[in-house]
Amino acid sequence: MILKAEDLTLAFPGFRLRVPRLALAPGEVLVVLGPSGSGKTTLLRLLAGLLPPEGGRVTGGLRVYLPQTPPLLHRSVLDNAAFGLLLHGVPREEARRRAQARLKEVGLEALAHRPAHHLSAGEAARLALARALAVEPEVLLLDEPTANLDPANALRVEALLRRAAEEGRGVVLATHNLFQARRLGHRLLFLHRGEAVEEGPVAEVFAAPKDPRTQAFLRGELVF
Amino acid sequence: MRLLALLVLLGPALALRLATTTSVYDSGLLDRLLEAFLRETGIRVQVLAVGTGQALRLAERKDVDAVLVHAPSLEREALARGITAEPYCLAQNAFLLAGPEADPAQVREAENVLEALRRIAAQKAPFVSRGDRSGTHLKELELWEKAGLKPQGPWYLESGAGMGQTLVLAAEKGAYTLTDLATFLTVGKRRGLKALYAREDPLLLNQYAFHLVPGSPGEGEAQRLRAFLASEEAARIVAGLRVEGTPLFAPLRGRCAFPLRP
Amino acid sequence: MPPAEILEIALRSLAVAGGATLLAALFGVPLGLWLALRGGGGVWGRVLLYSGLALPSVVVGLLFYLLLSRSGPLGFLNLLYTPWAMVLAEATLAFPLIAAFVLSGARGRVEEVRLLVRSLGGKERHVLPTLLAESRRTLAAALAAGFGGAISEVGAATLVGGDIRHHTRVLTTAIVVETRMGELHAALALGAVLLGIALLVTAFLVILERE
Repeated sequence: MILKAEDLTLAFPGFRLRVPRLALAPGEVLVVLGPSGSGKTTLLRLLAGLLPPEGGRVTGGLRVYLPQTPPLLHRSVLDNAAFGLLLHGVPREEARRRAQARLKEVGLEALAHRPAHHLSAGEAARLALARALAVEPEVLLLDEPTANLDPANALRVEALLRRAAEEGRGVVLATHNLFQARRLGHRLLFLHRGEAVEEGPVAEVFAAPKDPRTQAFLRGELVF
Repeated sequence: MRLLALLVLLGPALALRLATTTSVYDSGLLDRLLEAFLRETGIRVQVLAVGTGQALRLAERKDVDAVLVHAPSLEREALARGITAEPYCLAQNAFLLAGPEADPAQVREAENVLEALRRIAAQKAPFVSRGDRSGTHLKELELWEKAGLKPQGPWYLESGAGMGQTLVLAAEKGAYTLTDLATFLTVGKRRGLKALYAREDPLLLNQYAFHLVPGSPGEGEAQRLRAFLASEEAARIVAGLRVEGTPLFAPLRGRCAFPLRP
Repeated sequence: MPPAEILEIALRSLAVAGGATLLAALFGVPLGLWLALRGGGGVWGRVLLYSGLALPSVVVGLLFYLLLSRSGPLGFLNLLYTPWAMVLAEATLAFPLIAAFVLSGARGRVEEVRLLVRSLGGKERHVLPTLLAESRRTLAAALAAGFGGAISEVGAATLVGGDIRHHTRVLTTAIVVETRMGELHAALALGAVLLGIALLVTAFLVILERE
């Protein structure tokens, strides 16, 4: 298990986030599914260690979190990609080398010296991924990574995530896109109003949802 | 490192600091005198041109080593309080009443300066005062008092500025003003002001005196400057400063027109 | 005024204002960033900073005069009527200006930078240097504002510098002297030089910020 959470709780205006247990194996893609406002972002941030829980604990290897719109620094694409490595103390020359390799993987090597702010949404998403992968995380936590992207770019990003999982990393993906969940996920966690309602292998949950709330959501009836 | 900083800081502190009034400074007399002094002794003098009041205050705080001012009443007080010492009466010139060519108050025909002022007040002709407690301003106030008048009203303007600027203001407003000869010749005349009352009059005497500041860091150098100012060469320089042929100052050679010692 | 003297005065203005700006930035930039990191410094932080902006320069000059005077507490330093005193006074006036500019500019990006740093596994101590690197445009504006304030300073400069010819006379105090003597053309010429310098330095900062 490269990520484990037990008895996580956090109070919010309006609801309580409550996730009794969560476990992620290497190479596994866990999709956190739920309507808007269900606490997906909060859960992801808790798992990433960006928010302290009120109760419970999170343990695991190196985790990198990607928010929905990844922040870009006022520097070149290459220097943005290398930023994570610099934070971890890697010397500048080596960081740039490794970042360049990652840029190649995501298909951005031609834009390495362009100012990062000139990138399109799809290119920016791939840059964020390259930056995250450069630090060799054991777990990737992504918040709606393709929500703002056109279909072509969305598929490219999904391919990259699939490959990251194949390399042995754990991926936790928050989405409200049912189709994406089906395509990418191995396991699924359905969140409603902060509560971990149902959990299990993706195919199973989709075929036979146990909880009426899950059923309603999968039918497209549960909006929040 | 500290030693270096100290040496850098001490450098300027070893120069001699002289506070003077703007009218002396602007006349250019000091430039000539101090240039000669530098050649003779190698001592560089730093000059601060401030008002008479500020000059004496700086002396009190020992921020300067000597002063050159022209306000006998304030000077006597400073000497009495030990703020300054060993005064040397260096030069004199005259104040005069300047004003517009038209001369609405007919100052040209006044018998003496007090009557000239009375005419101005009676006519309520515009008059610009320095208003800054400078030597010139104090002399002006003294004259109003002697004339038995208290000038106030929209015709009496206080500029709070130096003599040059005050003359510019007077020229703009077609007003009268009391000015020293040097600044009148260099600034006022060029702006169209006329010397309307410029006669020999003991009341209009303007005396410049040099004082030491006892206990100041540059006291030794100040003594040497005093000795230089008392020399014949200095007297020659004072007498030699002219504008359009008119001498700006007359050397006093230590013989004070207004006594400073009690 | 002979051109050599104009050059001397202009160079001194540049040196004093430049030194003051750098000194003010040394303290003002970290303070602005630090306050930004702490969410704007709260009410008290801002009150302090903004009242610093409203400081009348002559008051600062007067306070430094009393401090540095030979009969004052720091008289033994012999700084009064030297360019160093002017640098100190002008730096004091530029400091809140620079800090306020940096705070205002950095405040908008703090959360974003903090999120980025921490989401990649970095520590809180990485946030400040990253924020500094991201604030180049803000920094240039802050330095321009500080320099502009310093080089146009006349009240404090006169009080603590004394406007001594060949020693502490700068463009602004020289303009006052020429005006006082009625030499308005000379004063205007000096004013043009002052404007020219201010423009050049600002342009220089804008160019730097683009690199």
